[in-house]
Parts: sequence; structure tokens; C-alpha cells
Amino acid sequence: MKVSLTVNGSKHKVDVPSNTLLVDILRDHLGLTGTHVGCDTSQCGACTVHLNGSSVKSCTILAGQAEGVHVTTIEGIGSVTDLHPMQAAFRDRHALQCGFCTPGMIMSAIDLVNTSKGLDNRAVREGLEGNICRCTGYHNIVAAVLQAAEVMQGSSDE
Amino acid sequence: MYPFKYHRPTSLEEAASLYNGSDDPVYLSGGMTLIPTMKQRLAAPADVIDLSGIESLTGISVKGDKLTIGAFTTHAAVMASADVRKHIPVLAYLAAQIGDAQVRNRGTIGGSVANSDPSADYPAAIVSLGTTIHCQNRSIDGTEFFKDLFETALEPGEIITSIEFSMPTRAAYRKFPNPASRYAVVGVLVADFGGSIRVGVTGAGPCACRASGMEKVLNDNLKPAAIDAVEVPDAGFNSDLHASAEYRAHLVKVMAKRAVAAMLEG
Ligand SMILES: Cc1cc2nc3c(=O)[nH]c(=O)nc-3n(C[C@H](O)[C@H](O)[C@H](O)COP(=O)(O)OP(=O)(O)OC[C@H]3O[C@@H](n4cnc5c(N)ncnc54)[C@H](O)[C@@H]3O)c2cc1C
Ligand code: FES
Ligand code: FES
Repeated sequence: MKVSLTVNGSKHKVDVPSNTLLVDILRDHLGLTGTHVGCDTSQCGACTVHLNGSSVKSCTILAGQAEGVHVTTIEGIGSVTDLHPMQAAFRDRHALQCGFCTPGMIMSAIDLVNTSKGLDNRAVREGLEGNICRCTGYHNIVAAVLQAAEVMQGSSDE
Repeated sequence: MYPFKYHRPTSLEEAASLYNGSDDPVYLSGGMTLIPTMKQRLAAPADVIDLSGIESLTGISVKGDKLTIGAFTTHAAVMASADVRKHIPVLAYLAAQIGDAQVRNRGTIGGSVANSDPSADYPAAIVSLGTTIHCQNRSIDGTEFFKDLFETALEPGEIITSIEFSMPTRAAYRKFPNPASRYAVVGVLVADFGGSIRVGVTGAGPCACRASGMEKVLNDNLKPAAIDAVEVPDAGFNSDLHASAEYRAHLVKVMAKRAVAAMLEG
């Protein structure tokens, strides 16, 4: 089936079998391998991307459901020379070890900060319930998200 | 996942005719249950009929003393809805307890209710909040909707279009979540409709149901401690690696007490 979608601002058309998942379109067809597959059972959140602005698990979205959507992946939020505040905070706070969960963590955390006010330790832990990290113990991830929240919310128009 | 044909109809009529024209069809809503099931090859439908293109299935509206939620409305939208928060805050609270943010951004109320997972949260509200499940051609009383494990009153091909809720005077929901998935090991919703108490239980048995014994006791004495006197037999309760039937029976009383206490605190 043919699917048209916009990824990180660019329009794409792919021709894939109907049982293809969004994450496979991103990784195998568009070469965007920053989005990871950890579990493939909707549990770990490594595959998290933004679909029309909201965090979703791209391993649990069918090609047909991606028709006409706008997707943002980890490749679309910053660059090596101009990191997104969430990426910068993850680096500052040493919020990753192997890094496998990190793209998903960052995409979830950005959506969390965009949609919440007055985040604290507990709210960040609850907000990242859908993302599993087997290395860090979460402590530094929470610290990084709180640091980025200050930067992101401080610089918003509110 | 086995191959299938994908369809995205734009009307209920078109969806039903696609369904009737297929040997092995399935409706797709948020996909948060169906897609994992298909990946595990527990389901291998020939035709997947995506309901997302049917506009009339989305949205939340208030008319008189009823609040109606379209079947394709996500858990995140219910959580954030000003109308739900104002008229039935317990429902916004319940939706916020489901799974995780990514699941709430995709999963829908219609999909959750149609699925009748014994550990799902919404069913506790469906049996206790004076609800009507609307389908294309008929309406089903919420207390008669869940039949058994993953079994409902829906006929093959029937689509839930919306769910209509009555507004309780006050209510509270408490669940004991599975620490990994957040599904309810047991969840209890207690609602007060102008002095008449209704109790909905999910997670304990094969499907959600009302706890009439508990309602009777609470109608006489609306206090957490009143629940001590209620017998909750564990016969027929689920027993799995998460909890034994006996433990679930115990949790029903604990969650009910917490819900009553939370409701009284307001
Ligand atoms: C990691 C994870 C954690 C979760 N945690 C929880 C939790 O804590 N609590 C909880 O309650 N749920 C939980 N869920 C389930 C989640 O809420 C699902 O979204 C929900 O059960 C199914 O809704 P859906 O829209 O995704 O439906 P789908 O998966 O698309 O469909 C489910 C079933 O319902 C049928 N169906 C869908 N819509 C209709 C309709 N309108 N009319 C008739 N039939 C229909 C489909 O054919 C299918 O058989 C979790 C899921 C995941 C992946
Ligand atoms: S790979 Fe999608 S949730 Fe784990
Ligand atoms: S840093 Fe290794 S899984 Fe999170």
C-alpha cells in the first residue's frame, strides 16, 4: 500500500506491505535509525516518536494509520551543533549509559514538558511510565528532564 | 504479524459493509490491544477496518444531565476534557491511570470497552455510572454489556459509536495497579447518585460487575469501615501470576474502602 506522511518536515511517499509498522517505515525505508525497537511488544517506549505532536509508540502503529500524519523523530529536534534543550540536559546530567532507551526517553520527555506545568520528581517518573531504561536507574534521567523543563518552560511564550 | 488488507472507511455504513463482506474482519480503533495481539499471532484477521476515518465517532458532549463520549475518543482526550473534569471528574481521574502517556495518546474508550479485558479500568465505570452503550442500530445498558472474559453483548459487526454517562453527585475510583503494565489487578469505583450508592469492580472476576452486597451495606452506612462487614467470596475470581483469587477478594475490600474514603474527602 502507498502511504504519504511528513517526517521531520519533509514529505515522503512509501510503498509498503500493509503489515508494516511505522517504526519500520522510519528505520528501513527512510533510514532514520535513531528511533529504536526495544521490545516490539508496546512496553518499553524505545520507539517513541511524536505523531501530530503527541508521543506514541511507533512499533504499535500500522502503515495505514500513518497516512497523512506528521511525525517528529529524534533526528528532527536538534543537531550536533545545536542540541534541543532536552538533549543538552541529558548530556549535562549524564542521563544515559548505553543510550538505547535515550531517543524514546527524550521524545516522551519533550511531550511531557510541553503538556505539563509544575513538574516535580514524582510527576516526571509518572510521566515516563511508558519508557523503560535498564541501565541508569532513572535518577539522572529525572534530573535531566527537570533541568530541561526549566529551560523549555522559561523560554516559552507563557 | 500475518498480512491483511487495510481499510479506512469514512462512514459507519461503509465500515459495516466492509465487515459483512469479509471472511475474517476486525475493527481497529487505537490499536493498543489489537496490534500487539496481531504481532503475537493471537489474531490473524484478513481485513483490518480502521475506524479512525469516521468523524462522528470522536468527541465529548454534554446534554442535560448526560455526558456522551464518542467511541474513538482517546484516554488522553478524556483526561484533558474540561466537560469531563467538571461533570464526572472521576472519569478523568480513571483515564489518567490507564497504562502510560503513549498508550493514552492512542487507546480509545470504545476499544477498551469493546475488548472487555478483565483488568481494564473503564469497565468499572461502565457498570457503575448509569451508562448506555450506543451502537449503530441499538443501545445497550452498561450493566448488561460485559458478559465474560473478553466477551460483551456486541453482535459480530456491531460498532460502539458512543457511551453515555449519568453524572454522579460524587464518586471515586481506586485501583491496585500491576506495577509493570498499570492494568488493574483490582479496581473499584464507588459512586453516589443523590444518596444511592453504586459500586463497580474490575480486575477481580472474568469481567467487570456491580458489587450489590457492598452497595447494600454502604446505602445504610456510608463509611469505609462498613465494608469490613461485607463478605467477598473469591469463587470464580481470576487467579494468575499477578494475584491469587483469594488475594483479589481481599483487594476488592481494600480498594472499596479507599474509594469510599476518597469520595467522602471530596
Ligand atoms: C503497555 C500497555 C498498558 C496498558 N495499560 C492499561 C491499563 O492500565 N488499563 C487499561 O484499562 N488498559 C490498558 N491498556 C489497554 C489500552 O487502554 C487499550 O487502548 C484499550 O484496551 C483498547 O483500546 P484501543 O482503542 O487501543 O482498541 P483496539 O486495540 O484498536 O481494539 C480492541 C478491540 O476492540 C474492538 N473495537 C475497537 N473499537 C471498537 C468499536 N468502536 N466498536 C466495536 N468494537 C471495537 C477491536 O475490534 C478489538 O477487538 C494498556 C495497553 C498497553 C499497550
Ligand atoms: S519497541 Fe515499541 S514499545 Fe518497545
Ligand atoms: S541508558 Fe541503557 S537502557 Fe537506558
